[in-house]
Amino acid sequence: MNELRSKVKELLGSKEIDLFVGYEQGTRLPRPLIAASAEEADRLIFDENCTGNLAVYLTRRELAGGKKVGIAASYYAMRSISRLLDENQLREGMVKVFGLTPDGGLKLLDAIADVKQHLQEASAPSRQVEDEWVKEIEDMPPAERWKFWTGELSKCFKCYACRAACPMCYCTKCIVEVNRPQWIQPWAATMSNVEWQISRVMHMAGRCADCGACGAACPLGLPVHIIAHKMAEMVRQNFGEPTEKGNVLSTFNPNDEENFIW
Amino acid sequence: MEQKYIPSKYMPPKYIPKSSLKAWLAKVKDDGRHIYAPVTENGKTNFKRVKSVDEISMEHIQTAQSAKGAVFPRTEKLFSYAGGQQGDVALQDYNPNDIPDTVVFGLHPCDAAAFKSLSGIFSWGAKDRPFDERMKRVTLVGVSCGRSDVFCFCTSVGGHPGSAEGSDILLTAVGNDGYLVEIITDRGQALVEKGADLFEAAAAGVSKEEHLASVPVRFSVEEVQRKMAGSFEDDIWKKQSARCIGCGACAFVCPACACFDIQENAKGNGAGDRIRCWDSCGFSLFTLHTSGHNPRSVQSQRWRQRLLHKLCYMPDRLSVRGCTGCGRCSRACPVDMNLAEHLKEFERLKV
Amino acid sequence: MNTEFEPKILAFVCNWCTYAGADLTGTSRIKYASNVKIVRFPCTGRIDFMLLLKAFANGSDGVIVSGCHPNDCHYTSGNFHARRRWIIFRGLLSFLGIDVRRIQFSWVSAAEGAKWADVVNKTVADVRALGPYTEYRKAAEFLAGNEDVLLKEQEVTP
Repeated sequence: MNELRSKVKELLGSKEIDLFVGYEQGTRLPRPLIAASAEEADRLIFDENCTGNLAVYLTRRELAGGKKVGIAASYYAMRSISRLLDENQLREGMVKVFGLTPDGGLKLLDAIADVKQHLQEASAPSRQVEDEWVKEIEDMPPAERWKFWTGELSKCFKCYACRAACPMCYCTKCIVEVNRPQWIQPWAATMSNVEWQISRVMHMAGRCADCGACGAACPLGLPVHIIAHKMAEMVRQNFGEPTEKGNVLSTFNPNDEENFIW
Repeated sequence: MEQKYIPSKYMPPKYIPKSSLKAWLAKVKDDGRHIYAPVTENGKTNFKRVKSVDEISMEHIQTAQSAKGAVFPRTEKLFSYAGGQQGDVALQDYNPNDIPDTVVFGLHPCDAAAFKSLSGIFSWGAKDRPFDERMKRVTLVGVSCGRSDVFCFCTSVGGHPGSAEGSDILLTAVGNDGYLVEIITDRGQALVEKGADLFEAAAAGVSKEEHLASVPVRFSVEEVQRKMAGSFEDDIWKKQSARCIGCGACAFVCPACACFDIQENAKGNGAGDRIRCWDSCGFSLFTLHTSGHNPRSVQSQRWRQRLLHKLCYMPDRLSVRGCTGCGRCSRACPVDMNLAEHLKEFERLKV
Repeated sequence: MNTEFEPKILAFVCNWCTYAGADLTGTSRIKYASNVKIVRFPCTGRIDFMLLLKAFANGSDGVIVSGCHPNDCHYTSGNFHARRRWIIFRGLLSFLGIDVRRIQFSWVSAAEGAKWADVVNKTVADVRALGPYTEYRKAAEFLAGNEDVLLKEQEVTP
């Protein structure tokens, strides 16, 4: 903890970074802290409980635009950072990534290559709960699945916390905010809620880091991250691990396999 | 803190045994009224229209959403139209007769008080018809808080865990066996009469004070209001909102937030509905002009608007605060924007 | 009056292959089910997944999506992109409980007039067996109703 604080103060002092996106102790759980001064850096914490995906702040123009940013990144946040770099949303040299080693030590990753290296070496935190949930839903007959999802999503009141919490949702104009054509009705109702989630995860296909931030952000506790998790799984099964060369749906392989096209 | 009973012609309070409570609600329901009450599903408690009174949950500290949907639904059809030839439009106006008599049961004093905030907004200048018609048909049965959590701060904004403000009837659990029943309004009395034989006279000397949660006063709201009003250009807004990710969770769970959007459900061939749905001042689109200009272009300005509106503009213009200290926004926030904590920071501000 | 259920099928097809193929079906005087309405697109790559959902919301009981065979795309790779999208989209719909048997994907070239007739006939027969797709429409018609529908939205489902 002290190591992180002193390192961040040093980087801020030497202007190597303009601000640091980290965690501080919140009301009950760790919460994001945007530190721009030594005083604020003294509130930083970083341990295995700090799982929220802070990469979401890196693409916020009013906060990080044109600035050199340090960030405390969980495993899944690093995945997001890696993808954001692949999608040219971040620039090499503008981000300093702090990760945790398995024994809780601090690890500074200066270059994209280091982040990617770390992702290969570190083991991904378990997604067992999500896997079980997916299995449970898949075991339902289709009519029951439909009832389950419409039942859950009918509760959604469209606060768009799932969108706001997602590092990959960086569009300045979202599909739900255009009205010519109005693809998705902007009010909360079962169908438009379902269509919003379908659109969201389709736009995330192969880009989603599977961090679960969308589900964690939902004030109503709707399992929207389970849809994202299922998508990530499908993408991996069908097209393999994501590569740097464009995302899954903007690339193709002539040998992609399917069994349903007549 | 001494909590006074609100003077009511239906004093002294009555008593209802726990075992009779659901029997009374069943009678109310059989009378054709819709009952909205807290229901727990998948670990989250929310106000729902209940089919059976057995579904009602009383164990929660706070529901995820407020009860405002009973008078201000998240999506509401204002009117419909069907176009004919040459501009002859058949208009189907808002029909208040479709609105059922409704009882909101089990809302806490903070929620009941928030109905006054909503009324303030929807009756400012012209009366809002859909809201007004719903308010005429709703009876609020509050339940005092026996427990609170770290997010509660009603006592800091003029509320109290046993306050009857806003409720038509207020129940307070006294011991494990029953509730003290304060009847505040005629509407409340009418509801009690649906099962008058289930109510008893309250035992002499019974006090609700000892059964209430203790919610510490966190700040002086007058001081916060004064300092906030004088710090429009202060850096504090930027500092506080730096981590805000700009979703609408706080506004949508808030019992006193009343912003809405008007939308068109156009079906082609000239027919459609005019829809009103919830909106939030935290969204960047909220103030976006057609020209592309946005007077509140960054999140700190939107955060400032949210707080000033609730704690300065509303008390100034409507004589009612836009915050009742229910703490929902803080519980719902994905990045833990703890409102009470932030308001306290204003108290310390040097203006 | 015939009261038997007649499926409404909407077909999203590409301009260069399937649309021309369907044309050939006609000029070859091959008879096929008249339940289908064809919407022409420049390329299968242009067929947004939302269009399929909108078709269901607006009364379609089934949908056909069809274009050029792999390697035959007029724009080189539009159908390859589309194929990826469908693989994912179909899996997603199935996960959500939307009956994917109501969506028929096919490759129909400009020379395959007979195949187009088969695709349509098979889809109509399949969807006829499944019956009208009311589940999706019911969810979509939320605001068409009145207060009761609105309240049902907030009701507890037992």
